[in-house]
Amino acid sequence: MNVIVCVKQIPDPATPGALGSDNTLKRDGKLILDESDSYGVEMALQLVDAAGGGEVSLVSMAPNGEVSGLRTALAMGAAKGTLISDPALQGSDALTTAKVLAAAIQKMGGADLVIAATESSDGYTGTVPEQLAEVLGLPSVTFAKKVTIADGTLNADRQTEEGYDEVTCPLPAVISVTAGVVEPRYPSFKGIMAAKSKPIDTVTAADLGVTPVGWAGAGQSIVNVAQAEARAAGEIIEDDGEGYAKIVAFLENLKVI
Amino acid sequence: MNIWVFSQEANGAPTTATLELLTKARSLGDVTAFVGGDASAIAGSLGEHGAARVYATGDLGGKLPGVAVAAAMKAVIDGGDTPDLIMFPQTTEGRDVMSRLSVKLDRTVLTNNVDIVSDGGSVSVTTPIFGGNTLVTTSFSGPGPFLAAFRPKSFTAESAGGAAAAVTAAPVPELGALGGAQVTAVHVEATSGPKLDEAAIVVSGGRGLGEAPKYEMVETLAKLLKGAPGASRAIVDAGWVPYSYQVGQTGKVVKPGVYIAVGISGATQHMVGMKGSKNIIAINKDKEAPIFGIADLGIVGDVHKVLPKLIEALQSRG
Repeated sequence: MNVIVCVKQIPDPATPGALGSDNTLKRDGKLILDESDSYGVEMALQLVDAAGGGEVSLVSMAPNGEVSGLRTALAMGAAKGTLISDPALQGSDALTTAKVLAAAIQKMGGADLVIAATESSDGYTGTVPEQLAEVLGLPSVTFAKKVTIADGTLNADRQTEEGYDEVTCPLPAVISVTAGVVEPRYPSFKGIMAAKSKPIDTVTAADLGVTPVGWAGAGQSIVNVAQAEARAAGEIIEDDGEGYAKIVAFLENLKVI
Repeated sequence: MNIWVFSQEANGAPTTATLELLTKARSLGDVTAFVGGDASAIAGSLGEHGAARVYATGDLGGKLPGVAVAAAMKAVIDGGDTPDLIMFPQTTEGRDVMSRLSVKLDRTVLTNNVDIVSDGGSVSVTTPIFGGNTLVTTSFSGPGPFLAAFRPKSFTAESAGGAAAAVTAAPVPELGALGGAQVTAVHVEATSGPKLDEAAIVVSGGRGLGEAPKYEMVETLAKLLKGAPGASRAIVDAGWVPYSYQVGQTGKVVKPGVYIAVGISGATQHMVGMKGSKNIIAINKDKEAPIFGIADLGIVGDVHKVLPKLIEALQSRG
């Protein structure tokens, strides 16, 4: 069974985000594998393992030929990757991103299963997996928190607002997986060394035949950026053993106890 | 402006998020509710909140709403009724329907919004980013329909006293390969006490609790205050509590009168979901934790010492 995992390479969430002069998120520094995508990579590796054959491939769209996040996922055990990197893609909306990823997936020869996270940790638009399924003409199961495959059919527990649904879906299909679906493995030293020589195919939007792209292709424009109203500073105290009494007094004052 | 609202139902009534959007939509134009399922039980309430018309797909027969409702919407649009704007609740199903429809219509989507303004022919929406510190306003360009999703609690639901809306059938067309996914069983996770997103007091626990059994303290405190227990994403991912407890960007948005954050550092993704709380109390041992930046009362201390004393003090009050 062959699985393609969509992985996003994002600015390190540990450093504060910033907007560039064009009001898009700055992505000019080093990018890392979005932690949300490590769950999909792990899921893919486990499913291929359980199927007893096949391989895990990666697809990513990122500026400046960035591959460090892809290398992390390759070090986990994926076999190869395709990177779409093209200045013309700067400012692309989620729909364009989905079209680009879909075209790349087709160029890679398709897969039995395409896996994405439910949303990225930087832009969190959260629509790409389902848009991707529609562009590829495939069925989908979003928000999967448990996935097994038997006899060409996928069985998933799909998270809902109130609990979860059990869902079956024939392959090929697209799924989005929640964080926590599996425990992502840490790349081993051997895996990290092996990842250095694994193939990454770099393509442009034009190579994939996708136009228009970037700002020209986005059906939206940012018209204003403003600071949200800040909350007034509160009272912060070190607990001296009586901190709980402060809370009791605060709740009393609000008349909730 | 001709506006559709993707309308969801739970336990025989429209969801609060649906009523919030209908209320906002009626201040912007003529409102049609679009229901994925049977609308006969909720047409009255939808009309009361501003829907003049209702489209209903009828029972989805176990198909996931994303693919089925998007196809039904596309069929109505192809039939000649084209909305200028479609508003979706930022929910699992809302996101799926708008995503599928965006490809069918070749239109962009704007998600995570908290406000919308219509000025002449131009429609713009506002999205909080960086944990809610910065507000970005974006205009739709090009032809409609514009597709926008709004976070729950962005608007206040109010009845307009309208009559029940007339229901028109909008059947799901043949889905072919796209409709392969089938729901075979539905599980509702039982909770007691008030609902997390409706409770007047919410007590949430995070990684600072140290281990799963300690979450019981959060539940005890919530119960004493007649509130609801919540959680950070970290402990949901770790499997301590179900996803339905999660507060934040990927969980529920809460705006209670009092929010008590126990052992939660305040990742941006959590703050987005609770920043609108009227009063925020935080207990955390790291005085540099971002949660203290938005707390009205912050206790820098060990939750394992502060919480038992707080619980005991509240219990002794009877």
